[in-house]
Amino acid sequence: MIHEYLISFMTFTFIYIIIVESLNLSWGFTGLANLGHMFFVGIGAYASAILTLNGMPWYMAMIIAAVLACFLGVIIAAITVRLKGDYFQIVTLGLVFIAIAVSRNWVSLTRGALGLPGIPYITRNNFYFMIFAFILAGICTLFFYWLTNSETGKIFQAIRDDETAAAVLGKNTYAYKILSIGISTFFAGIAGSIYAHFIHFVDPTIFDLEFFVLILLFLIAGGLASIKGSIISIFALGILFDAIRFVVVSPELIGAVRNMLFMGILLIILIFKPRGIFGRVDV
Amino acid sequence: MLSLKNISKSFGGIKAVNRCTFEVEENTITSLIGPNGAGKTTVFNIISGLIRADAGTIKLLKKNLTQMPAYKIAQAGISRTFQLTKVFRNMTIKDNLLIANNTDEQEMKQVLESVYLHKPLDTIASELSYGQQRLLELARALLKQHSLLMLDEPTAGVNPKIRQELKSILKNLKNKGKTVFLIEHDMEFVMDISDIVIVLNEGKVLKIGKPKEIIRDKKVLEAYLGK
Repeated sequence: MIHEYLISFMTFTFIYIIIVESLNLSWGFTGLANLGHMFFVGIGAYASAILTLNGMPWYMAMIIAAVLACFLGVIIAAITVRLKGDYFQIVTLGLVFIAIAVSRNWVSLTRGALGLPGIPYITRNNFYFMIFAFILAGICTLFFYWLTNSETGKIFQAIRDDETAAAVLGKNTYAYKILSIGISTFFAGIAGSIYAHFIHFVDPTIFDLEFFVLILLFLIAGGLASIKGSIISIFALGILFDAIRFVVVSPELIGAVRNMLFMGILLIILIFKPRGIFGRVDV
Repeated sequence: MLSLKNISKSFGGIKAVNRCTFEVEENTITSLIGPNGAGKTTVFNIISGLIRADAGTIKLLKKNLTQMPAYKIAQAGISRTFQLTKVFRNMTIKDNLLIANNTDEQEMKQVLESVYLHKPLDTIASELSYGQQRLLELARALLKQHSLLMLDEPTAGVNPKIRQELKSILKNLKNKGKTVFLIEHDMEFVMDISDIVIVLNEGKVLKIGKPKEIIRDKKVLEAYLGK
């Protein structure tokens, strides 16, 4: 029982690592505060679910889900990245509400609020699934580490610090911002696909802000533009949040206590450590 | 080298730049001066593509830059600094320079040496003083491949020592055959280093000439001091 619990905890942790690191690329490293990141995770989950439920092998579905999330990311980025600051955030946040409305109402495709159950297994052995998630999270981490230390990654960071200065140094900031969102949403799509195959179910709650706040907390606590910070905060806060179920006696209070804890920690970090634990830039 | 012909720009009902025409010759230090609100920075921003002109043409070495985006103008050979320093604050000196030109550390150190910035390459830009950030911005602009260097008030907010260093940096650049175009309020600085001075007033070119001619011109004195 404990063993299965640990496997489940670790698998979710590896999925969160991919989601948070991909958000960190656009937000922490490029300065694009994409509040609609869960839109792309959800697209990945729904695409993978629909395709595999219609007989496609999971690996093909996963690739198509990631490419679809990336494609939508690039289209949306091409339209929105010229918007500055709050406007970009408002538009990307709007994506989530569109996704909730579409996934609830396009019943013939998504089964609405009932969601899509019975998403096929990648493997029936959860331990192997955890190893699979670990490998993908590892690839993702190594890729982002390489990317953010490459010339392209440095240009992303230059755009974050001062877009005008990057432009007068000959960098096509518009194209680089689209590239950053494209890569970020590709990995968000992969994370969504793994998530769907792990819990074998996807419904509109995947787009819920509560889920995004958790991701945001991991990102901010670890620190923007820090890959190491993201990983450590996911493990540390993940353990803390899961420990609540062993501490809070009444099961119906667990959710409320956990949400209070989310907000409390977020508030404390923003006040006393605005760069997070390992962050290199202000939130 | 750089030529502006009938450049105009309005913001709402205000004509910030009005049929501005002048040239910057190769291997000179040309200064753009004028009272506050004369349109100097707007002209710089139009040349570097940060603002689009309503009318007129801009050419660099006979290449038409009009309506080009900023990054293409930069690629065409214009390098610039800003009135308010724009370094990449969260990045190291090395990374700041790498964005300008992906060159080796030796060349980076040489450029830093040439602008009298004696700091390790791994220093974070935000840890530098304001004057040092100006020098880093200048080093970055120098390292970028360019045929014209544009400096917007390089001496603003820097101490007298750095101001003197800037003077010798600019004179050295000219001796090396570089072309510098700058905006400056410090008249002593302008008169000391400039080959040509362009005076702008209310968005129009008031006078173009050598420093000695400018300093004695009645219209220029009126624009600065009033009638």
